[in-house]
Amino acid sequence: MLKQGASTFAEGVDLSLYVIFGISVFFLIGITIVMIYFVIRYSKKRNPTSTNIEGSHALEVVWTAVPTLLVIVMFYYGWMGYTPMRNVPEGAIEIEAYGQMWKFSFEYPEGKVTDSLVVPINRPVKLNLHSRDVVHSFYVPAFRLKEDIVPNGSNYLWFEATTAGRYDVLCAEYCGQLHSYMLSSISVVSDSEYNAWLTSEPSNAGEHPGLSLLKQNACLTCHSQDGSKIIGPSFKGIFGTTEIVITNGEEREITIDEEYISRSIKDPNADLVKGYMKGLMVSYADVLSDEQIGQITDYIKTLK
Amino acid sequence: MTSKAMSLSYLQGKNGIFSWIFSLDHKRIALLYLYSILTFFITGATLGVLMRLELLNPGKDLMEAQTYNQVFTMHGVIMIFLFIIPSIPAIFGNFFLPIMLGTDDVSFPRLNLLSWWIYIIGAIMALSTLLWGDGPADTGWTFYAPYSVKTGTNVTMSVLAAFVLGFATILTGLNFIVTIHRLRTPGMTFLKMPLFAWALYATSWIQLLATPIIGITLLMITAERVFGVGLFDPSIGGDPILYQHLFWIYSHPAVYIMALPAFGIISEILPTFANRTIFGYKAIAFSSLAIAFVGYFVWGHHMFTAGMSGTARIIFSVMTFLVAIPTSVKVFNWVATLYKGSINVQPPLLYALAFIFQFMIGGLTGVVLGALAADIHLHDTHFVVGHFHYVMFGGTGFALFGALHYWYPKMWGRMYNKLVANIAFVFLFIGFNMLYFPMLVLGLMGMPRRYYDYLPEFHVPNMISTYGSWILATGLLLMFGNLIAGAWRKREPIGRNYWKTGITLEWQTLSPPPVSNFDRMPVLPKNGPYDYDNKPEIEE
Repeated sequence: MLKQGASTFAEGVDLSLYVIFGISVFFLIGITIVMIYFVIRYSKKRNPTSTNIEGSHALEVVWTAVPTLLVIVMFYYGWMGYTPMRNVPEGAIEIEAYGQMWKFSFEYPEGKVTDSLVVPINRPVKLNLHSRDVVHSFYVPAFRLKEDIVPNGSNYLWFEATTAGRYDVLCAEYCGQLHSYMLSSISVVSDSEYNAWLTSEPSNAGEHPGLSLLKQNACLTCHSQDGSKIIGPSFKGIFGTTEIVITNGEEREITIDEEYISRSIKDPNADLVKGYMKGLMVSYADVLSDEQIGQITDYIKTLK
Repeated sequence: MTSKAMSLSYLQGKNGIFSWIFSLDHKRIALLYLYSILTFFITGATLGVLMRLELLNPGKDLMEAQTYNQVFTMHGVIMIFLFIIPSIPAIFGNFFLPIMLGTDDVSFPRLNLLSWWIYIIGAIMALSTLLWGDGPADTGWTFYAPYSVKTGTNVTMSVLAAFVLGFATILTGLNFIVTIHRLRTPGMTFLKMPLFAWALYATSWIQLLATPIIGITLLMITAERVFGVGLFDPSIGGDPILYQHLFWIYSHPAVYIMALPAFGIISEILPTFANRTIFGYKAIAFSSLAIAFVGYFVWGHHMFTAGMSGTARIIFSVMTFLVAIPTSVKVFNWVATLYKGSINVQPPLLYALAFIFQFMIGGLTGVVLGALAADIHLHDTHFVVGHFHYVMFGGTGFALFGALHYWYPKMWGRMYNKLVANIAFVFLFIGFNMLYFPMLVLGLMGMPRRYYDYLPEFHVPNMISTYGSWILATGLLLMFGNLIAGAWRKREPIGRNYWKTGITLEWQTLSPPPVSNFDRMPVLPKNGPYDYDNKPEIEE
């Protein structure tokens, strides 16, 4: 059932799972068998007269003491498997990880920004977790690793991958409509491959800078480029059209121009296009500069 | 009063609608609760079946992502706040606590009626979110901030509904505590109370002390949404982790509001059908109090991945493991109660045995989640969903069904078809385990919870789980159909003590009980409530 473990934590987590499951299955089966045996052995037919046993101090002591010892054992294995997760080794590669509805993105110390992780094998990697909107959770089943991404929080996690390969990253904290589509991956590669990747040109060379910005900031998760409605209005052909928006609870007509796009990025709920839900988009005023907003507007103009 | 008037049952006499919805008789109020709570249970179960249908295959099967999110939120809100929190105390506690204590009503009958009305108003508020605006909340029943502050769905009304429902809980708890302290029949000391009364006593204290915390938390969410007060949303200066603490400070003890009354039911059913005294009366009684007390200090285990300090995580893990000890003491004593009994296998006993089996799985998977390392992997996965349903449905739900089958002849003076009851039980048992066991597997594989869509590798267990939901639904239809059909079956003589081996005081009165509960003074067994050696002879 468990995926093959691929990080240094897997052994400790799996050991705690095996120990607790082992003890649990033993007691579950044992008690169930005894219970069924009693029901058959002491059925009304076989045992017409019951014996009233009020209890037994010795037994109460035994079945208080035995579970006490067992839970100490189980706690111990849970604790041991967990402790290394909070102790980041020195010299870990430190990457800023961002969660937002509904996308992960990563910023390497060298400045590279990606939406999936590439890490070298057998080297500790630390992620500082930042959320741009609501609570998300960074979950890698194969690494037995999970930590919530809390807005304004200072959560972090670290790991050391032990097997090369590509592993799923999932969001484990419910974060709204497309929660189950908030996916990413970690590719574990050799040191040399990692260094080559780190210095390579981004594959989006030659792309419109506005499009790159839309991709980086997860705009396209909610705003399509082909006219289909996802969460927000599609970008296709939107520039120059007239829309009904809701401003302070009142409807009014507005033309989609440079100024409107800029305002929608900085204060998305000020003039909300009718028929769309309020509150789902956060302000990007601190994320995007006016110059970048200009590039985005230029790109939207090209989507006819 | 003439003896004829004394023996007029609570179902006879005035029978217009107002004689029910304004009744001060705890038994009629219990039935009001029964019918409303089971209606919501069926609604919630229907939503559950729809969710399973959506998860049958990867991709869209039935509904859009947003609809699915609203359906699972509604399922949670209905099942938690409208079904399982009130369930056993409000139905069977109301009906049987005064009778088991040998008295004629609860301490505050008017407050009792008021709490049902508050419950109904809260329920209407919760369901009204379906009808207007952007529809019911899509936050999950936990209303986690800041998502619950941001979303445009009707979170405010759902939260206010839960706030109002809290008062029904508080008032019932208060009523039961005073009733237990003040209205026990002469000669019934605390240590001669039936174990169901003990379980309700422990539950009532949690209801009274923990519920106000969720009340204030939910009001804070409302203040934040309506007035923009920055409490939980960091973009206006709040702290989302604070919300989680406040929410779980209530909602973890609330789990014991849901579970403890079920323990009480099992402790009643087992002696009756084993025809012998309960094993370890004091251990069972005091372990309820121990669970209620320790249960206050374990809420942090819902937040092992939320970013608490390492020390806090370790302390909460230790406290969580402590709960396992009184809980396992109960299980051992129940099983020991079967030893050297003279066991009469009847539908209520089948439910009690299934309870013990399923509750053990629920409890042991809880122990897995209490261990730090294991929890890091399993937190917020389907393993948690499976664990929770094993405790709440496989545990409390099955105990409630057992109680229905156990006290049915007493409450209505009629009987259901036992063969159909047994068949329905088999469907429920198989369906339940087929529905929820695969969720434990899915969690170990790494499938997060609250997932509208999933990776192809998770397909097979999801399919099995959905098939299980069909078997379970069939079982529910059979069971409820059979219980309802009992109303039209030819009356058979029920007598006072239908199972012959019931020993607590409700088996000394008529079936159904008269308005004032007893037509003659109940007789207490000599040495405690389960003293089968000195069981009083009851003339019909």
